[in-house]
Amino acid sequence: MTEAPGRRASPVGGMPPADAARSLLPPADVVRVRDLAVAVGHKPLLVDVDLTVRRGERVGLIGESGSGKSLTALAIMGLLPQELAPSGSVVVTGHGPGSVARSTSVLEAGERGLAAMRGRDVAMVFQEPMTALNPTMRVGAQVAEVMTIHGTVADRGAASRRAVDLLDKVGLPDPADAARAYPHQLSGGQRQRVVVAMALANDPALLICDEPTTALDVTVQALVLDLIVRGVQARDAGLLFITHDLAVVASVCERVLVMYGGRVVEAGPVLDVFTRPRHRYTRGLIGASDLDLARPDGGLYTIQGSVPAAGRFPAGCVFRNRCTHATAECETVPQWEGPGPEVGFACVHPVVHHGGGSS
Amino acid sequence: MSGLSKGAEALLPPPGRRTRRGVEATLLVGGGIVAAITLLALVSLVWTPYDVGEINAAERLATSSTRHWLGTDKFGRDVVSLLMVGSQTTLLVGLVSVGVAAVVGVPLGILAAMVPRWWGELVMRANDLLLAFPALLLAIMLTAVHGQGVVTAMVAIGISSIPSFARVVRSGAIGVMKTEYVLAARAAGRRPVAIALRHVLPNVGSLVIVQASVSFAIAVLAEAALSYLGLGAPPGTPSWGRMLQEGQELLFVAPRLEVFPGVAIALAVLGFNLLGDGLRDRFDPRLEDRR
Repeated sequence: MTEAPGRRASPVGGMPPADAARSLLPPADVVRVRDLAVAVGHKPLLVDVDLTVRRGERVGLIGESGSGKSLTALAIMGLLPQELAPSGSVVVTGHGPGSVARSTSVLEAGERGLAAMRGRDVAMVFQEPMTALNPTMRVGAQVAEVMTIHGTVADRGAASRRAVDLLDKVGLPDPADAARAYPHQLSGGQRQRVVVAMALANDPALLICDEPTTALDVTVQALVLDLIVRGVQARDAGLLFITHDLAVVASVCERVLVMYGGRVVEAGPVLDVFTRPRHRYTRGLIGASDLDLARPDGGLYTIQGSVPAAGRFPAGCVFRNRCTHATAECETVPQWEGPGPEVGFACVHPVVHHGGGSS
Repeated sequence: MSGLSKGAEALLPPPGRRTRRGVEATLLVGGGIVAAITLLALVSLVWTPYDVGEINAAERLATSSTRHWLGTDKFGRDVVSLLMVGSQTTLLVGLVSVGVAAVVGVPLGILAAMVPRWWGELVMRANDLLLAFPALLLAIMLTAVHGQGVVTAMVAIGISSIPSFARVVRSGAIGVMKTEYVLAARAAGRRPVAIALRHVLPNVGSLVIVQASVSFAIAVLAEAALSYLGLGAPPGTPSWGRMLQEGQELLFVAPRLEVFPGVAIALAVLGFNLLGDGLRDRFDPRLEDRR
């Protein structure tokens, strides 16, 4: 863990400050992942993952199950299982004690440094609200606990009051009553609101959401998404949003990274990537999501085959064995085509868009 | 179930092998026996029909009568009173030994679940070593060192019950460690000790309660065996095991002196076992929907 003195981060505490003072500063990277690779034995699970989220930015991470999205999130949190050996660099910058920016090199930091970072500089919302809360603790106590761990409130009493306040802000009816409830007394949507309240309790610089609405009813989904977006906007925090629902990404995120086989295969602004995908995999994903688009035989477009088991992806282009355009050239790893890691793609036979594509 | 086809019906669990009602009955009977013994022990603290310390040669070996419901022993002591006072020893030994076993075994099990797999295995192999050591042998050794007494018996029984607690708690804790709320707690910056106390321990609580009940039954039996062998309660301290031993020489003269404490021991063991079974099934979520 290294301190980065000089640069001021947003003040700690109740309400986020006005934007005026901060907008003069260049947007700071809240997380910067470079050349992240994770392997178990000789099986690569993540290869050369580059990812940056800046303050106030909302970034989507999409791909099928087994593409390495959740693993990337766990690597950022420093929560990878012990048998996985990560390499590369992951730097998280949040507001440490005394409002001085604090950077943590996640892969090198000790357990103490990571514990100080987790829940404070980065917070995470998990997929399954049914199991993300401890069934034997009242939810108010669970929200309050997150704040007492990091000492962001004066005492236990203040933590309890602020917990009720947070539950109110995430829209739980009768928050004082809800705080005294056990998780099983709440509905799935209410539980996920509690989880969001917990994640936002310490005003983290980065919020990671791992498919936060997958387990929820569609109508509740929209409400929880709105809650997450408003939560990060109010705190000027970065958001890393993991999902396989492209519609959700389109409504929540500004930038998107497409992952497949443990690699980032395409990246760019959401509009560009979704309207003019270059990588064949992205094209396939979008084609499969578009229910208006039907094949001549009336069926929906699909990506043929299924995601191979971890470590069983082909050498060269990882999508090669499922791609309709694969040739012998695809047997070598395709170069990243683009101005930087945030915009570009890695495909030998990219989709070519003709004319009129000025948008 | 009439709407289902034959095939679909075959996929359903067999109906009522262990129903909610069966569980309630087990729990009720087990709890009832345990409650009755506890009540007897509590009453005996303040009142017994006769003083068990008093030797009455005139009434020795009396058979059942309205004066002595279950007769008297070779010293003329009232058997009902002896059984009542003896239940104190039984419960005390059970409580303390289960307490010792839980206080050591539960943290050990949680620790073995939370440390890296390798170390956990090491802890469990040490645990197996203790499990393989006969409880009676341990008690004899401790008696040789510290002398005969109820305390020695309690400690010996407690130590030999540690492995079963550690094993059960570890398997439960491994399951809890895999849940998202533990991951979420770690993601919130919770340190391991806090996770163990706040998240793991409360969620293996039901396992501990069940194991305590079962261990209690084993402790009751072990205490009787130790006292019978003269390794438990010293002479003069009423205990069911001791009563068995003292009645042994009169087996053919007054077999009831063997039968009554024997039945008491069997009942107590049955009661705690039923209670443990009932609690285990009660906590079993698979039975939830058959209410």
